[in-house]
Amino acid sequence: MANKGNLLLEIEDLRIEAYADEKWFEIVHGVDLTLRRGEVMGLIGESGAGKSTIGLAAMGFARDGCRISGGSVEFDGLELTTTSEADRRRLRGSRIAYVAQSAAASFNPAHKLIDQHTESPVHYRIRKRMESQEDAMELYQRLRLPTPREIGFRYPHQVSGGQLQRAMTAMAMSCRPDMIIFDEPTTALDVTTQIEVLAAIRDIVNQFNTAAIYITHDLAVVAQMADVIKVLLKGDEVEEADTESMLKNPKEDYTKSLWAVRSFQRSQKQRPGDGVPVVEVANLDASYGPVKVLDDISFDIHAGMTVAVVGESGSGKSTAARCITGLLPPTGGTIRFKGQELPPSYLNRSKDQLRQAQMIYQMADTALNPKIRIGNIIGRPAEFYGGLKGTNLKNRVDELLDMIELDPSKFYARYPPELSGGQKQRVGIARALAADPTFIICDEVTSALDQLVAEGILKLLDRLQKDLDLAYMFITHDLATVRSIADEVVVMKQGKVVEQGPKDVMFKPPHHPYTDLLLSSVPEMDPNWLSTLLEERGVDNIGEAASS
Amino acid sequence: MDVARIVLMRLGLGLVTLLVISALIFGAVELLPGDIAQSVLGQGATEETLAALRTELGLDRPAPVRYLSWLAGAVVGDFGVSLLNQSPVAEVIGTRFANTLFLATYAAIIAVPVAILLGVIVALFRNTIFDRVANIATLTSISSPEFFLGYILILYFSVKTGWFPSIAKVSDGMSFFELLERTFLPALTMVLVVVAHMMRMTRAAIINLLASPYIEMARLKGAPGWKVITLHALPNAWAPIINVVALNLAYLVTGVVLVEVVFVYPGIGQLLVDAVTKRDFPVVQACCLIFAATFILLNLAADIGSILTNPRLRHPK
Repeated sequence: MANKGNLLLEIEDLRIEAYADEKWFEIVHGVDLTLRRGEVMGLIGESGAGKSTIGLAAMGFARDGCRISGGSVEFDGLELTTTSEADRRRLRGSRIAYVAQSAAASFNPAHKLIDQHTESPVHYRIRKRMESQEDAMELYQRLRLPTPREIGFRYPHQVSGGQLQRAMTAMAMSCRPDMIIFDEPTTALDVTTQIEVLAAIRDIVNQFNTAAIYITHDLAVVAQMADVIKVLLKGDEVEEADTESMLKNPKEDYTKSLWAVRSFQRSQKQRPGDGVPVVEVANLDASYGPVKVLDDISFDIHAGMTVAVVGESGSGKSTAARCITGLLPPTGGTIRFKGQELPPSYLNRSKDQLRQAQMIYQMADTALNPKIRIGNIIGRPAEFYGGLKGTNLKNRVDELLDMIELDPSKFYARYPPELSGGQKQRVGIARALAADPTFIICDEVTSALDQLVAEGILKLLDRLQKDLDLAYMFITHDLATVRSIADEVVVMKQGKVVEQGPKDVMFKPPHHPYTDLLLSSVPEMDPNWLSTLLEERGVDNIGEAASS
Repeated sequence: MDVARIVLMRLGLGLVTLLVISALIFGAVELLPGDIAQSVLGQGATEETLAALRTELGLDRPAPVRYLSWLAGAVVGDFGVSLLNQSPVAEVIGTRFANTLFLATYAAIIAVPVAILLGVIVALFRNTIFDRVANIATLTSISSPEFFLGYILILYFSVKTGWFPSIAKVSDGMSFFELLERTFLPALTMVLVVVAHMMRMTRAAIINLLASPYIEMARLKGAPGWKVITLHALPNAWAPIINVVALNLAYLVTGVVLVEVVFVYPGIGQLLVDAVTKRDFPVVQACCLIFAATFILLNLAADIGSILTNPRLRHPK
C-alpha cells in the first residue's frame, strides 16, 4: 500500500443539500478530501454522517432529492461539478466504479452476473464482449470465487451474498478504474463471510493499484483496509490521520467515544442452583416444507438471565424464536414455560401464555406501523392483555415511556417516522414491556443501529432486566454484543447447537472449532489483524474454512 | 416447482373455472323472464303447439338434466341448434367469431407495441411536456365512448377525406389487403380505446422500479438513460405489463359490440345482442362460454408470461 502516486481526487469545501419539507437544507457542510493514486481512504461515521453522500459526490453523482450546492470535486484534472452530465456519466463505470452495500439488491435480478459484468467494458468499447467475459472469469478466479468459469452464468438469486459481493467487486474492476467507491460492502455479511470479502477486496485493490474510498461504520474493518482514515459527524469532518496514528492516538473526543464503544460490559450472572427455568426448550425439531431447519435443539433460560443465541445467517436462530412464540409449530420436541408445556401453535395458546413471551424485532422501521401514534402502539398490548382503559391506560403508557427514557409529553402523540432509529427501537421495547412479560426474545435488536445508539439500547435492556427480572433470549450474529450482555451462550450452525455454556467459559479456549472460527473472524482494531489471521489460516483455505 | 408443473396446474384451474362459469351461464339464461316457446312461435300459438315445441326442444326436462346434456354437447363442440333458423350454433357463431378474432388481432398488433413503446418513452421523459401530452391524449381517448370515437374517425377519415370506407363490410372473396383496408377504422377505434391503459401501466411499472438499488447501480456504471430504462428496468417490469395487456386483449374480443354496431361489422358481439333480444338461448350460451374461455385463456397466457419473464421461477436455485 506504500507506493502512493499522484493526486487523483481533490474535493474542496464540498457542500451537499437535500430536499425535504419543501426546502433545501445542507447535509454536508464543506468537507475537503484528497486521494492519491493507489491510496485507500476509510470514511467512517454513524448513519447521517454523510459518508455515502460524499462517496457518491466523488463520482459527481447526487441521489434523487440531493444536489451538490457548493465546492469543487476535481477528478484527475476534470472538475466534476461544472462539467456536463454526459462527461460525468462517461467517467462512471470506466474510471470510477462503485460497489454497493447490498450486492443482492444491487445486481439486476433479470440478468446473469456476467452480462452485467460485461456491460460497461462493452459500452465503453474497452473490451469486446468475449474478451470481457474471459476477463470476468479471470477476476472471479483472483477473487477466489468457486467455479470461476461457470459462476458468471448464474442469476443473482442463485449466488450467495458473500459471493455476490465479490462478483460486484469484480464488476467494479471490469474497466480497470482509477478509483472505486466501496459503500459498506461487508455490512450485510456474516463475520466469517466478511473476512473472505475483505481479503479479496484488499488483494485486488493492491494488485491493480486502484485508489479507493472505503465507507463503513465499523472501525475494526476500516483499520484493515485503509491507509488513511477520515472521521465524519453529521456532515462535518472530525479529523483525518493515517490509520496507525488514528487508532493509537485519536485526537477528538468524538473519535475517542467511537473507539470506546465496545467497552460496555455488565457482570455475568450465574444460573440459580435450583428453580424451574422460564423457558425450557427440549429436543426441538422444525422444518420449512421438506427442509429441516432445526435439529434437536435444547436450551434453558432462567429468570433474570440473558441467553445469547449466535450463529451465521441460516443457522436457525430466528427459526428457534419462531418456534418458541408458536408462529412456526415445531415438528418435534417440547417447549415448556415455567414448567408447563406450551401448545405448539400460538393459536392454541392461552392469552396469558401469549402475554408472557414478547418479541423485539431487528428492523424497528418495519415493525412499527407508521400510521399509528406512539402512544397507541404501546397502549394496544396494555389494553389487550391488561384490560386497561381510559386514564389507567394513559398512565400505564406514560409509565412505559418513562421506562424507555422518552418524555411522554413529547412522544405520546408522535408517529414512528418522526423518530430516530434508536428511539424507534425504544418504542419497540416499550411495546414488548406493555404486555408485562416475563420473557422477551430480542431478534438482532441492535444490528441495524449505530454503535453508540446500540450501546444505549443494550444498557436500557440491561437496566430493565434488573428492574423487572426479565429473561432474555438474545439472537445476534455480533459477538461484541454477546460479550457485553450475555450470561450464557448458545452457538448454532445449520440448525444444530454446536456448543453452549456460560459466557466466561465460552469465550475461553478450548472452543469447538466452529465457535473458534466465529470468534477469530470478528475484526479487531489492530491494522495487522487481517494479515495475521490470513497467514494463520492459510490464504487459500479461507473460503473452505468459512463455508464448511 | 418447475415451470411445466405451474402451467399444468393453472390450466387445470382454468378448466374448473370454465366449468363453474358454464353453470352460471346456464343458470342466468334460465332466469331470463318469459317463455321460449312462446317467443319462437308468437302470440297466436295454441297450447298444443307450444307443448309440442317444448318437447321438441327438450324444455320439459328438469334444468339439471338439460344442463348436463348441453355441457356434454359443448365439450365436443356441439352447442345445439339455433332457435331462429335451425342451423347448428357452431356454424352460426363460427364465421362471426373468426371475424371478431381477426379484428381483435388486427387492433392488438397495432396497439400492444405502440402502447409499450410509448410507455417506455414517457418513462424515459417522465414529468416533461411530452409525458404530459401523451398522458392527456391517451386519457382523452380512453375516456371517450367507443361509438363517439368511431363516428369522429368516420367523419375525418372517411366522410371528409375518403381515405377509408366507413362501413366495414367484409365478404369471403376479399383479398387480405382489402380486408385490412375495410376494417382499418374499427381497428383504429379499438386501438385508441386500449392503448392508454397499457401505456400507463408500462410507465408506472418502470417508474416504480427506478428507486431500486440495481437501477442506481446501473446509473453508477455509466449506463445512459435509455439503457437504464430498457435494459435494467423493463425486464423487471414485465409481469404487471403482461397482465394489463392480457386484460385489454380480452376486452378486444369481448367488449367491442359498440364498435361493431357503428361500423356494421359482422362480429360475435352483434350476434350476441341479437340472440339475447330474440331469446335464441343456445346461441347466447355458446357466445358467453366462448367469451369466458377467452378470458381464462388470456389470463393463463399472462400467468405463463409472468413466470417466463421471472428469472427466479425460470432458473430455480
